[in-house]
Amino acid sequence: MELKLSKFTKRFGDVTVIKDMNLTVKSGEMMALLGPSGCGKSTTLFAICGIHKMSGGTLHFGERDVTTLPAQQRSVGVVFQNYALYPHMTVEQNIGFPLKVQKLKKSAIKSEVARLADLVQIGELLDRRPAQLSGGQQQRVALARAMIRKPDVLLFDEPLANLDAKLRLEMRSEIRRIQRETGITAILVTHDQVEAMSMCDRIALMKNGKIVQLDKPEEMYANPRSQFVAGFLGNPPISFLPVSALETLVLEANQTLARPTNLDAKGDIVIGIRPEHFGPQHGTGLEGDVIFVEPQGREELIDVRLDNGEAIRAILPSGEQVSVGQRVNWGVAIERILSFSADGNRL
Amino acid sequence: MTANSRIWHLVLILAIFSSPLLIMYLFQILDSFTERDPGSLWPGELNLQNWRFLWEKIDVGRPSIWVVTFNTFIFATTTALAVTSLSTMAGYALSRLNMPGRPYFLGGLIILHAFPTITLIIAIFIILQFMGLFDSLLGIILVKAALELPFGVWIMKGFYDTVPWEIEMAGVQDGASRARVWWELVLPQVKPGLAALLIISFLSGWSEFILPLVLAPGSDTQVLATYMNAVIQDDTTADFGLFKAIGMFYSIPVIVIYLLFQKQLMNIYGGGTKG
Repeated sequence: MELKLSKFTKRFGDVTVIKDMNLTVKSGEMMALLGPSGCGKSTTLFAICGIHKMSGGTLHFGERDVTTLPAQQRSVGVVFQNYALYPHMTVEQNIGFPLKVQKLKKSAIKSEVARLADLVQIGELLDRRPAQLSGGQQQRVALARAMIRKPDVLLFDEPLANLDAKLRLEMRSEIRRIQRETGITAILVTHDQVEAMSMCDRIALMKNGKIVQLDKPEEMYANPRSQFVAGFLGNPPISFLPVSALETLVLEANQTLARPTNLDAKGDIVIGIRPEHFGPQHGTGLEGDVIFVEPQGREELIDVRLDNGEAIRAILPSGEQVSVGQRVNWGVAIERILSFSADGNRL
Repeated sequence: MTANSRIWHLVLILAIFSSPLLIMYLFQILDSFTERDPGSLWPGELNLQNWRFLWEKIDVGRPSIWVVTFNTFIFATTTALAVTSLSTMAGYALSRLNMPGRPYFLGGLIILHAFPTITLIIAIFIILQFMGLFDSLLGIILVKAALELPFGVWIMKGFYDTVPWEIEMAGVQDGASRARVWWELVLPQVKPGLAALLIISFLSGWSEFILPLVLAPGSDTQVLATYMNAVIQDDTTADFGLFKAIGMFYSIPVIVIYLLFQKQLMNIYGGGTKG
């Protein structure tokens, strides 16, 4: 079911947290609300599920206007960060609770619970209590409980934040699999760009209560609209260097880089170079000292300090003989340079 | 065992300081079952004469011990139920609902809890007299419950504060009304608090003395505390054996309750929910 948020405004007292926000999530799509803490992503989520009243604007699920409906009548499933399972109930009772509220017959509840438990693969745990489950299992129970009412929209509030690294990987693909299988419209709220990029069809990147860019993950990575977006996406993060755009791009200590062909600007600008676009595989061009090497198994992260004091990061396959203190002269993939004006907008 | 042997010096100190109490209890038990020569420290032969109040009226004008016990039980139970049920609701409201004047209400609760009851006794007397509840069980139940409420509300609020609010949000998302969420999802999380409060307010009602003494002095509404007081006060020659036996009888339920519910009572100091 399509979700449409128009001119959404949220105020807490005198403080306007979100102003005139528009967001459309297509039917069956998984959308990420991504942003640093305090950007308003959780506020948006709570407004959609009905826990917070909207101060202005409208919310539609398909044709249905749900702006003023209480949470109970909205048909939204929510998976909370700490799962919010009911500790005194068994897994079966937890998952079946939404149907019990709807006064369904016991046999109908039982078969529905079995179906959902199958979907999230916890069929053998139905008699346990939440305290007897691992984090990943609790997550699955929460997911099943959120979906048993066949909600129009499924919301995830930082669903992976409480899991350890290995489980996080597993649940990432699990949640995506279940969302695809059921074709449910979903919104994922997260501050982790890796989660957003790997799980979602589109990402809405938020800052200070505004959506600064809404795009497919690859598109947003390759074509960030601002310095903030470029800095937020990508792990390890992009390096920014201030340069003067003249005939060539002149760095402070008189090193130069060729101009990308599509760059028209003159004067002081900021360029962003992703780690994979800097290194010996791109020839030569920037000279500096290696100040830090971080082995990551398959790859190594290498920080190079240029002569002007600016640092730039490269990511290389392991096995390159690079050590701290070494002087290197590595090249940059010129056409992949992202350039920004002094106020942070893409040029 | 190992823990006990490691802290033996602590155990020793506690034992020394609590020994007078234990010795007194011991003599109370011994004396209630025996006859003792005046001036002698050691009890004489076995004698159930002190426990005669159980099967006969010790004085003509006095109510039977069973009527008094029943009164005490009704007084303590009703007070405990009233305090617990009201605190359960008020504590939830104070913990979760954003109502006007909430901070002042919370502050007021603390002050009321610390307020010495006895200073209110004349005002309460006049109010009860005015309402026609003077010298009735209902009257002292209302007064006792009102005086216990600040403590109960405060304790329950503390328990509610430890329940994650996501549980309530999840319940609302699952389609349940706020009332149902409270009853079916939140209340089970604060059960330990409920149990402890119920027991504590029962015990407090059971041992109440001043309120029945002043506000329900009639013999129909006598409770065990005032009954004991009357026994020792009226006689020109005090029968200490009888007095001790009634005291034993009076404290049996308290001891039993403490033995049975130690764990629940400790919860009030621990607070919180355990999965």
